[in-house]
Amino acid sequence: MLTVEKLEKQFVSHVLNGKEILGFSPVSFSVPQATALGLSGPSGTGKSSVLKCIYRTYVASAGTIRYHSGAGDWVDLTLLPENELLRLRRAEMGYVAQFLSVLPRVSAVDTVAEPLLADGVPREEARDRARRLLARLGIERSLHDAYPATFSGGEKQRVNLARAVIRPPRLLLLDEPTASLDPGSLQVVLDLLLELKAAGTTLVAIFHDRSIMDRLMDAVYRMPEKGGETGQLATRTSSHET
Amino acid sequence: MSRPARAGAPADWRDGLPPGRDGYSFAFLDAGAKREIRRRILKAVAIPGCQVPFGSREMPIARGWGTGGLQLTLALIGPEDVLKVIDQGADDSVNAVSIRRFVQRVTGVRTTTDTPAATLIQTRHRIPEEPLRPHQILVFQVPIPEPLRLVEPSEKETRRMHAEADYSRMWLYLYEDIVTYGEITIGARYPVLVNRRHLMDPSPIPRWDVERLDRNPALMLFCAGREKRIYALPPHTLVEPLQFEDVPFRVESFAGRRCRRCGSARSFLDEAIDEATGRRSYACSDAAFCEKVRKAGGRTAPEPEEGGP
Amino acid sequence: MTLPPPIVQVRGLTRRFGTGCPACPELTGPAAETNQCPRCRSVTACREVSFELHSGEVLGIVGESGSGKSTVVRLLHFDLAPTAGEYRLNLNGAAAAGLPWLEPGQNLFELGPHQRRQLRNRLMGIVYQNPLLGLRLKVTAGGNIAERLLMAGWRRVERMRERAADLLARTEVPVERMDELPRHFSGGMQQRVQIAKALSTDPAVLLLDEVTTGLDVSVQARVLDLIRSLQRELQIATIVVSHDLGVIRMLTTRTLVMRYGGIVEQGLSDQILEDPQHPYTQLLVNSTL
Ligand SMILES: Nc1ncnc2c1ncn2[C@@H]1O[C@H](COP(=O)(O)OP(=O)(O)O)[C@@H](O)[C@H]1O
Ligand SMILES: [Mg+2]
Ligand SMILES: [Zn+2]
Ligand SMILES: [Zn+2]
Repeated sequence: MLTVEKLEKQFVSHVLNGKEILGFSPVSFSVPQATALGLSGPSGTGKSSVLKCIYRTYVASAGTIRYHSGAGDWVDLTLLPENELLRLRRAEMGYVAQFLSVLPRVSAVDTVAEPLLADGVPREEARDRARRLLARLGIERSLHDAYPATFSGGEKQRVNLARAVIRPPRLLLLDEPTASLDPGSLQVVLDLLLELKAAGTTLVAIFHDRSIMDRLMDAVYRMPEKGGETGQLATRTSSHET
Repeated sequence: MSRPARAGAPADWRDGLPPGRDGYSFAFLDAGAKREIRRRILKAVAIPGCQVPFGSREMPIARGWGTGGLQLTLALIGPEDVLKVIDQGADDSVNAVSIRRFVQRVTGVRTTTDTPAATLIQTRHRIPEEPLRPHQILVFQVPIPEPLRLVEPSEKETRRMHAEADYSRMWLYLYEDIVTYGEITIGARYPVLVNRRHLMDPSPIPRWDVERLDRNPALMLFCAGREKRIYALPPHTLVEPLQFEDVPFRVESFAGRRCRRCGSARSFLDEAIDEATGRRSYACSDAAFCEKVRKAGGRTAPEPEEGGP
Repeated sequence: MTLPPPIVQVRGLTRRFGTGCPACPELTGPAAETNQCPRCRSVTACREVSFELHSGEVLGIVGESGSGKSTVVRLLHFDLAPTAGEYRLNLNGAAAAGLPWLEPGQNLFELGPHQRRQLRNRLMGIVYQNPLLGLRLKVTAGGNIAERLLMAGWRRVERMRERAADLLARTEVPVERMDELPRHFSGGMQQRVQIAKALSTDPAVLLLDEVTTGLDVSVQARVLDLIRSLQRELQIATIVVSHDLGVIRMLTTRTLVMRYGGIVEQGLSDQILEDPQHPYTQLLVNSTL
């Protein structure tokens, strides 16, 4: 449902007199629906940048990102008009960034409930569902009405994840969403992601933790070295299927 | 303006010729001035409530003392007319007397204080209590013809508001009055909407008279000499005071008071305070009407028009 | 994928101050790095600005002071007349109901002043940086709201007061201050009254021009939060003008970057902030980090 072909990213810094900074060398991979693809490679090889190109937070320098949308047609995410891309983001894409950012002065429960409200779910029901998801992810009830800006790194990550999946997306992009989690929370998050995948969500994810990569991923794409050879796609036998 | 009383008048009186007895042209104004004013009146009648500019002339009375009204009167009056002039309801105020004398001198027309007997009535600040009839003309002296001046100083902007019938600023003024004072505080010069289209200043008549503008059988003409504007209400024109659906327009209430002279409880009353005793008393503002009621013994009086509370 | 047509369509919007000369287009704009023509001294405040605004969308316009942001908004609000350009609205049935004379696809700049005024009152709400432009300071807070309702034909005092009280409550202005003059209000409260006034006739398009500029930081935050929550609730298509990237980040989904009157870059707001393409945008983003 997602095919990335010869995707390249070059940052041109005009502030530095047009200096070019390589985001990543050409990347190609394909992800079938309801499977999970992991991006791996040393720090600096451009894993996060690939996710941002798919989400269009970054403008791709070359290549295509073909996506099979919920409406049933193939679109190139690098070329899609902005408002259509925004509609896709709202309707079927989820993205959890590596660096934690939370809306200022919005409580955890409202942060998570917002996508539901935008969908027209009544306020009380939306908050109810948000509370249940937060609770499942191990966020204490007493924190639900507090501002996530005051939360620990691991708590913020779970709030962001909850917001991204409260309405199960068709495509979920995850950038190290478990970096600051304790082993207990990690297991909960993993179970949640496995459930989403079983229900049809396609994932492209970066995980620091090898054990998660092993248990969640159906395939792993190894990023090419900078300026180097092409990346490698390795399909694996998912452990949870056996 | 076709009035039966004039059917037999000489054909050329309309042009202000021949010259009157004292060497003046008939009714003081020259033929050109009359023609212009009459044209403006026709235009004003064609667009009820809409202000029409005209070239106001110097008059042998001071501006602000009814030069506008006087020019209309002089432009319209014919030898057969019977003139009445009132100032705040009184025929005998200095102002009314001097205007009446002047017109009389330059035309030789008959004058009267009796409202039904008059064909042409020039007035300041009142409409006579006795009902007006078709073929009568009421000429109002107007100090400020622009009803929107209260809320907007710029002439360009008020002109735009009239063109677009955008009277929201005036409505806003009324709204603010209601929320700050609990009622609309405008007494005289209450803004009216003519034919549901033009906002008009009815001149400083009391609210009592505002309702009597509505569908009145007489022709009503308004003229501001200083500001050079004429506007008109042809007979039977729809005239509505601006009012909110839930805050209706109210006329002055005299709460059961009567005229101390004629005993009428159905006319607009002026308040007087006795300087010696400090006591308040009330009397008809329309002196001629009061006199008539008194002569009739206060009972078989000419009925004033409906309109009181 | 067929999306509904955009609510607002702007093409080639240009506004010049001054007489202008044939050289103006070439000697002004982002490429010329000035908005003032060296030959005739005319200022081209905005030039060839084209964009679309979609239903429920919040579009940002960012750029330094003098780049033409406010000019664009004032042109869209008919406060100013354009030198050139087209401006179209695609309304749903309810919004178009009170405006039977409005042809679909009509260039609004070709309408007469009366129609433009009606359109503005019925369909647009604006909040200016300077409350003096958006409020009558000698008219009560409630009266400021009532004026728009009166223009739309409301004639019941009680109903207008209910509406005003409701809007003031929503914008967190104490309702008991409804009959006070906004002259005596704090800057933040004046902005909230402006917002209430802008929302009074359920506009199809909301224009916010530097609404938090000049306010204390804590007051800014409250006003931004208010706009966000109204946005979530009412989903009005909105244009947010700001030189503050923080405001753009918090409120908008798509952003136009303006400089010397022209659009130098446009994109999703997160893209503009994280991967700016144009040298000027990069400078803007870098200087705030
Ligand atoms: N917005 C940006 N502007 C300029 N350079 C960037 C930007 N984002 C990332 N880079 C550069 O692109 C390269 C890849 O970074 P990143 O995608 O964060 O890698 P990873 O996630 O694999 O650590 C780095 O050299 C980084 O400095
Ligand atoms: Mg990274
Ligand atoms: Zn009496
Ligand atoms: Zn020039």
